[in-house]
Amino acid sequence: MVNERPVIAERKRSTAIVPIRIPMEESKHPNDPRQSDVDEWGRSERTRAMARALYEPLYSKWFRAEWEGLERIPAEGGALLVANHAGAIPSDAPVIMHGIEKELERPVYGLADYFFRTLPVVGTLWARTGGVSARPLNAYRLLKEQNQLALVFPEGTKGPSKLFTDRYQLRRFGRGGFVEIAMRAGVPVVPIAVVGSEEAMPVILRLPTLAKALGIPYFPITANLLTMGPLGLVLPFPAKIKLRVLEPIHFDVPADQDRYSKSRVMEEAENIRTLLQESIYDMLRDRRSVWFG
Amino acid sequence: MIQALEADPSMDVILGMGAQTPTVPFERAEFVRADQTYSILNRIVKATQVDTILHTFMITNSATVPQRAMNEINVIGTMNLLAAAGASGSTVRHIVVKSSTLVYGSSARDPSTFHEDTPRGSPASNGVERALIEAESLVRDFSEDNPATLVTVLRFANVLGTHITTPISRNLSRPLCPAIFGFDPLLQFVEEDDVERALLHVTRGSIPGLYNVAGDGRLPWSEVARICGTRLIPVSPFSLLNIRPLARFFELPEELEDLLRFGRGVDTRRLASTGFKYNATSAGAVESFIRALRLRRQSGRKPNSYTYEHDVEQFFRHSPSVTGISDN
Repeated sequence: MVNERPVIAERKRSTAIVPIRIPMEESKHPNDPRQSDVDEWGRSERTRAMARALYEPLYSKWFRAEWEGLERIPAEGGALLVANHAGAIPSDAPVIMHGIEKELERPVYGLADYFFRTLPVVGTLWARTGGVSARPLNAYRLLKEQNQLALVFPEGTKGPSKLFTDRYQLRRFGRGGFVEIAMRAGVPVVPIAVVGSEEAMPVILRLPTLAKALGIPYFPITANLLTMGPLGLVLPFPAKIKLRVLEPIHFDVPADQDRYSKSRVMEEAENIRTLLQESIYDMLRDRRSVWFG
Repeated sequence: MIQALEADPSMDVILGMGAQTPTVPFERAEFVRADQTYSILNRIVKATQVDTILHTFMITNSATVPQRAMNEINVIGTMNLLAAAGASGSTVRHIVVKSSTLVYGSSARDPSTFHEDTPRGSPASNGVERALIEAESLVRDFSEDNPATLVTVLRFANVLGTHITTPISRNLSRPLCPAIFGFDPLLQFVEEDDVERALLHVTRGSIPGLYNVAGDGRLPWSEVARICGTRLIPVSPFSLLNIRPLARFFELPEELEDLLRFGRGVDTRRLASTGFKYNATSAGAVESFIRALRLRRQSGRKPNSYTYEHDVEQFFRHSPSVTGISDN
């Protein structure tokens, strides 16, 4: 039983299209009756590897994702990745998670609204593939106690629900909660500017009444839906996605404080927002074509 | 529990109390069959001059008793017990309360891991949770009013093990077991021996405070079912009306409905920091349960860990020819 374990891990490594370092728990019980590898966040590396295998063609062939400054993402230790969020079903989240896991071989946990947990099937799949509900306690545990990478979109649903006419205009960054969490956990914030996700699934129209009736955050009518019919519900346009990782931002404040100065938090949040907005403009200036980059 | 206390020679007098007669006889503990009315409790506390009360009678499973009775036991019972313990002239120095992680509830808004001081994610939606929250608040009031008395509250996760039967264990021991379609919650269990050991640990060590008690690690419900060799039957997630009739068919008390959707995890480092070592992880608790179940199925009887030979015991107790010290 004990000797079997590394062998299983080895096999897992070779069948996965994208290899990833599987965090082995040190205090394994010798006769562990566990049968799956679902961790305390509901994430399963096996399901994640499967999802990566399925997503790989979309990532490298469809979006032809291109990174800049990937080396700025810390190779170890916790860090809070912060990005802009766009497209009715945002492609930025899976692209960032996939890209970092593929290139850096580090798992990324995607923090998102708890709303996902309430959805049958989707919620479970979301958790198995690395989704975690964005509670401050969860983020703290991931970043500080488990030294993981966590990805947040401070715009929340305001990002993906915005209309195509507002593309690449960053929304308000919530209440700066992400800065406070990074301060408390004592980890850097790494901003990532994404270009291309806006055009992958542009929102033409929103139906707020229908969204309210269905109890979902927003109900978009997308260009994909209009041109491709039902297929457009899930299939994004093949826009070229480019990602730029900015310099990590370290806050020189003591970790584990109960509260941080609100003005400092808002200032830092606003600063990160400006940085992201400016790099997005910069990337758009260099972009000749939506489809070819 | 009492059996474990009996094994400890430092305990002078052990007095069991309950509304039902115990199913096994005790070696040296005495047992009073009484309910939790104030006058009785008060007299017992006064007469016996007890110094430690283990309050383990709270009900955490709404299927066993009707709502009203459950409230009576958990809230009024706790209130009476605390009042008796806090009465003037009381000799009680330590009260250990057995509560449940049900007080955290289970909802989509919850953090993945509850610490002892994390507030609930959503208001209590069912009677058991409400009663436990109220009982715990009574305990908190008591500890504020009686700073000289040590108060320990242990919040236990769902218990599985060789003997205990709960709605979860009954469901898992059947060939078909309910699951809510599209949900595969992460659950945390505590092995029943660890429950007993935790109670003993805080009692012997006189450790006050509020602690979560749960085995390490969390398992998805589907994996629990797989380990137990039962098949999950998905129940429609959309309407509770849908679940109610099925609740009779399966055993699905209301406090399980949310748990089977969103699960619950607790942080157990606080108890570990007092020096408590768990024997079993969450998965270990499931394993211990299913191993006992297999034995019961194949041998047709319950495994017996405690043997009490009445005649032999009576001989040791009363025969004049026994002069040496028996092995208690």
